[in-house]
Amino acid sequence: MKRVTVHEEWCLGCHLCEYNCAYANSGIPDMVKALKGKRIFPRIKVEDGGTPGSVTFAVSCRHCPDPICVKSCISGALSKRGGAVTVDRSKCVGCYTCILVCPFGAISTDGDGAVLKCELCLSNGAGTPACAAGCPNGALTVEDIDIPEG
Amino acid sequence: MGVEFIYPEFEVVRNSSRCIACRVCERQCSNGVHTYDPDGGVMLSDESKCVNCQRCVSLCPTRALKIVKSDCVPRENANWQADTIKEIYKQANSGGVLLSSMGNPKPLPVYWDRILINASQVTNPSIDPLREPMETRVFLGKKPRKIERGEDGRLRNNLTPQLELSMPVMFSAMSYGSISYNAHKSLAEAATELGIYYNTGEGGLHEDFYVYGPNTIVQVASGRFGVHADYLGAGAAIEIKMGQGAKPGIGGHLPGTKIVGDVSRTRMIPEGSDAISPAPHHDIYSIEDLRQLVYSLKEATQYKKPVIVKVAAVHNIAAIASGIARSGADIIAIDGFRGGTGAAPTRIRDNVGIPIELALAACDTRLREEGIRNDVSLVVGGSIRSASDVVKAIALGADACYIATAALLALGCHLCRTCHTGLCNWGIATQRPELVKRLNPEIGKTRLVNLMTAWRHEIKELLGGMGINSIETLRGNRLMLRGVNMTEKELEILGISHAGE
Amino acid sequence: MKREGQTRIPSGCAVTAVISKSGERMSGGSIVESMIPMHDRSNGLGGGFAAYGIYPEHRDFYALHLFYDDEGCRRECEEYLRERFEIVDAETIPTRTMREITDEPLIWRYFVFPRRSALRSLQIDDREYIVRATMKINSTINGAYVFSCGKNMGVFKAVGYPEDVGRYYRLDEYEGYLWTAHGRYPTNTPGWWGGAHPFALLDYSVVHNGEISSYDANRRFIEMFGYKCNLQTDTEVITYIIDYLLRRQGLTLTETAAVIAAPFWDTISHRPEGERETLTYLRTVFSSLLVTGPFSIILGFEGGLMALNDRLKLRSMVVGEHGDRVYIASEEAAIRKMDPGAEDIWAPAGGEPVIVRVKEGRY
Repeated sequence: MKRVTVHEEWCLGCHLCEYNCAYANSGIPDMVKALKGKRIFPRIKVEDGGTPGSVTFAVSCRHCPDPICVKSCISGALSKRGGAVTVDRSKCVGCYTCILVCPFGAISTDGDGAVLKCELCLSNGAGTPACAAGCPNGALTVEDIDIPEG
Repeated sequence: MGVEFIYPEFEVVRNSSRCIACRVCERQCSNGVHTYDPDGGVMLSDESKCVNCQRCVSLCPTRALKIVKSDCVPRENANWQADTIKEIYKQANSGGVLLSSMGNPKPLPVYWDRILINASQVTNPSIDPLREPMETRVFLGKKPRKIERGEDGRLRNNLTPQLELSMPVMFSAMSYGSISYNAHKSLAEAATELGIYYNTGEGGLHEDFYVYGPNTIVQVASGRFGVHADYLGAGAAIEIKMGQGAKPGIGGHLPGTKIVGDVSRTRMIPEGSDAISPAPHHDIYSIEDLRQLVYSLKEATQYKKPVIVKVAAVHNIAAIASGIARSGADIIAIDGFRGGTGAAPTRIRDNVGIPIELALAACDTRLREEGIRNDVSLVVGGSIRSASDVVKAIALGADACYIATAALLALGCHLCRTCHTGLCNWGIATQRPELVKRLNPEIGKTRLVNLMTAWRHEIKELLGGMGINSIETLRGNRLMLRGVNMTEKELEILGISHAGE
Repeated sequence: MKREGQTRIPSGCAVTAVISKSGERMSGGSIVESMIPMHDRSNGLGGGFAAYGIYPEHRDFYALHLFYDDEGCRRECEEYLRERFEIVDAETIPTRTMREITDEPLIWRYFVFPRRSALRSLQIDDREYIVRATMKINSTINGAYVFSCGKNMGVFKAVGYPEDVGRYYRLDEYEGYLWTAHGRYPTNTPGWWGGAHPFALLDYSVVHNGEISSYDANRRFIEMFGYKCNLQTDTEVITYIIDYLLRRQGLTLTETAAVIAAPFWDTISHRPEGERETLTYLRTVFSSLLVTGPFSIILGFEGGLMALNDRLKLRSMVVGEHGDRVYIASEEAAIRKMDPGAEDIWAPAGGEPVIVRVKEGRY
C-alpha cells in the first residue's frame, strides 16, 4: 500500500506541502485561483517549533491498520478502502468524534460541518500525493509499504 | 544613506496577482529579504539584502517571483562601468579589500568556445556508441619507461599506484568548512557510485566519510588543517595544493564563524578561530623542497598512493609543470584562472593567472618536448562546464578534468557568488544547521550521478563521431580540434589549426 | 597543393602478402599479379612492395633505398653516408621505362654498415644508429628520402597503380621468402613517391589499409622517443609504434598486438587471471599507443609477418593457406589470383593477430 513517509531530518519547514495539499484538493485547475486570498484547510500540517533550527515535520493521516477513527465514526462516513481511510462527506454529521480520537491530530475540518483528512490524493485529480510530489527536499516520500490490515 | 548609499543590485519583482502569501519565500530566505505584512495580507521585500540566489524563485509555488538586475545604475561609460564605480564606493565606505566568490566573471576569452571538434565523413566510419563498445576508462599516474620481465619471461607489473576512473572527470577540491557536511556527503557518495574521485580540499576528512576513502583524494595544503597519518592513509591519493586558479599566489581564509563543531574537530583547530592558510607552504620555497614533501608523503603512506601536485595556471606554467614532473609527483593538476573559490580578493580573482586552455596546451607540449609526458598524468580544472569542454581538454592533452562549479550547480548552487557570507540558501556553502539540511545528500548524490552520466553519454557520442572508441586515443589528439576567431599565436600555443585548414 | 609531410593524408587501400613457412624464395611476379583484381581499391597515386630475403649476398649489411629529387641532394646525402658508414656497394635500382610510371626521382640503393667508432662513442647498437641516421636524412637533407633500411630486405614503391609499380621495378627478377604489397587510394595528395607504401624502418615494413582516428594521439606520443613523423601518414606512425614496442621495449608480437588493437576492458575482465593482468598492464602503460579507427595492417619483419585488424574490424582482411604458403589480402580474389588452390580462407577477428614465421634457420 502506498504511504506518505515523513523524514523530519530533511523537512525545511517551508510549508509548501500544505499549499500543495490545499490546491490538489480544491478541484480548481489554477493554484492562484484556488488559493489566492483564501484561508487554506490542508490535510497535512507542518509542526514547527517556530524558532530557527527547531525540529519541523509534516503530519498527515497514517492510515492506521486498525483505525480508531473508523471505529468511532457514528454515521459510517469514515471507512477503510483499499488500505486508505477515506471520508464520505455526504454521510458525515459533524460530530467530530474522529477528531477527538485521532492520536495524530490528522483529521480536521474546514468549518462547513464535514471533516477533512488525507486520502492520499486517490480521489482528487493529483494522481499521486501532492504533498510529496512538491516537497523540495525529499522530506515527504511516497513509499510502498506492506501494512497488515487489522 | 547619503554618500554611502549604493542602490541595490537586484530588484525583487513580485506579481501580486499571482502571490498567494504562502510565505515560503520568507521562510527560505536566510538573508531576510521577504516579510509578511499581516495588516495588508501581503508580502513585502527588502531588496538591499537580496543576493539573487534564486531560492525563493525556485520554491514559489505560483511563480509569482522573479529577481531582475536593477537598471538603476550610475552614469556609465566604456571605461567606468557600473561595477567598477560601485566597487570604488564600497571601498570608500569600508576601507577594505573587496571579496568575491566563485570564478572570474570578466569577459576574458573562453577558448573552449573557439575550439571546434572533428567528425568522420566517408574516409573512415563514425562509431555508434549505442551499438559498439565505447570506452571512457582512464588510469592516472606515472607510467614506467621500460617494461620488465620476470625470470619466467612474463611481464612484471612495475606500475606505481594508479587512480582508475570510469570517466575522465573528478570532483575537485572543496573543503569541509567552505562547503557543508551534506555537500561533501553528496560528492563522496556520487564519486563512489560513479567510480571516480572527489577531493577533500584542505579542511581534513570528517570521520563519517572515511568509508568513502577508496574514492577520495585527500589534500595537503599550506595550512595543513586536518592532516594526520590516518587522514593520509584514508584516501586513494594525496594532493599537495600549491595554488588555486581563483587566487594564485595567496592562501585561504575560512572565517571563524564557519569553524564550528565538526568543522573545528576535523580541521584540528579551536572553534571560532579563523583558519588561515599561508600563501606559500612554508616548507616549500623551491622545487627541491617540493620534491621532499612529495617523498615525505610517499614515505608516510608506504608508496601506496599516487601524489598529485596542484598548481594555479600562471605565466610560466610549462616550466613549473616540467619541474613538478621531475619532483616525483605522479599527477599534475592545473587550475585555470576561471576556477571557483569560496572566497577570494576580487582583484586577484579577476586579474591573476592565465586561461586553462593555454596552460594545458603549453604544459602538454612542453612535457612531450622533454619526453616526460608519460611520467605524469595531467588533470585540468578551472571552468570545465560541459562534456564538450572535457572532450576538448582531453584532445589538447589532458588525462582528466576536475570539476567543482559544475558539481555545485548540480547540487543547487545558482552562482550568486556570496559563499563568503556563509548564508547559502541552498545548503552548500554554509555551516548553519537549518541551512545545511536544505541539501538532502540523497538528492544531491542522484543529481551529481545524473550530471556525470549525461556527460558520459555526450562524451561517447562525440568520440563516436570522431571514429574513436576509446578515450585514450583522444588524449593529445589535437588534429581533432580546429580553432575559430583566434590569432596565429593563440593557435600556435594551442597547437591546433584554424578551421578550414 | 600540399604533399606528404605538409598535411595529413587520409587514404583507402589494398594490401596483400605471401610468405613461405619453409623459407622457399619466390619470384615477385605472383604478388604483382595479385594486385590486378583489386585495381579499384587504388587510384593510381601510389603502389609498392616489400620483399624479404632478396639480398642474400649482402645479408649482413643494411640495404638503404633512397629517392633523390636531384643530383645535388644525392651528393649531399652520399657525403653524409660516407662520413658515418662503411659503404660496400652503391648503385641505382634497376627499373623498366614505361608509359604508366612518370616523374621518376633518382632511385639508389646502398649496402652499408655503421662505422664501429661511431657506435662506440654514441653507446648505441647498430640498429638504433640506422634509425637515427634515417630520421636525420629524412628530416634535414632536402630532397633525399630513405624509404628502406633493413637487412636482406627492400621496399620498392612509386606513384602509379601497384601492378605497374611492380613491373617498373622488375620485381619478377627478385626472389624472396616474404612479399607484401600495397595499392593506395589517397584522398588529398598529388601523389609523392616517398608517400607510397610500404613504409619501412629497419626490417619492419608496414602495409596498411585504413584511416586511423587515433593518429595525432599516437604521433605526439611516439615523437617523444626520437621518431619524426615527416609524412603524416598512418602507416608511418604505425611503423614507429611497432619499432618502439618490439625493438625498444622488447614486447612480443602478441603483446604488441594487444597494445595496438587492445581488447576492450570488458573483454579483458573475462580473461583468465594471468592474462587479464598482462592485458591490463599493457593497456595502462601504453594507452597512448592504442590505435583506433579502421585499419588492416600487415607487418613484415625478418623471418615472418603479422597481420592485424582494428578491434572493431572496420576493414576487410582474409587469410588463406596452401602447403607451406600463407596468403593474406584485403580481398579473397587477390589470394585466388596468386594461388587458385589456396584453402581454408578465413577472416581473422578484429584485434586478433595472425602471426606467421619462417622456420628458424631457413631465412
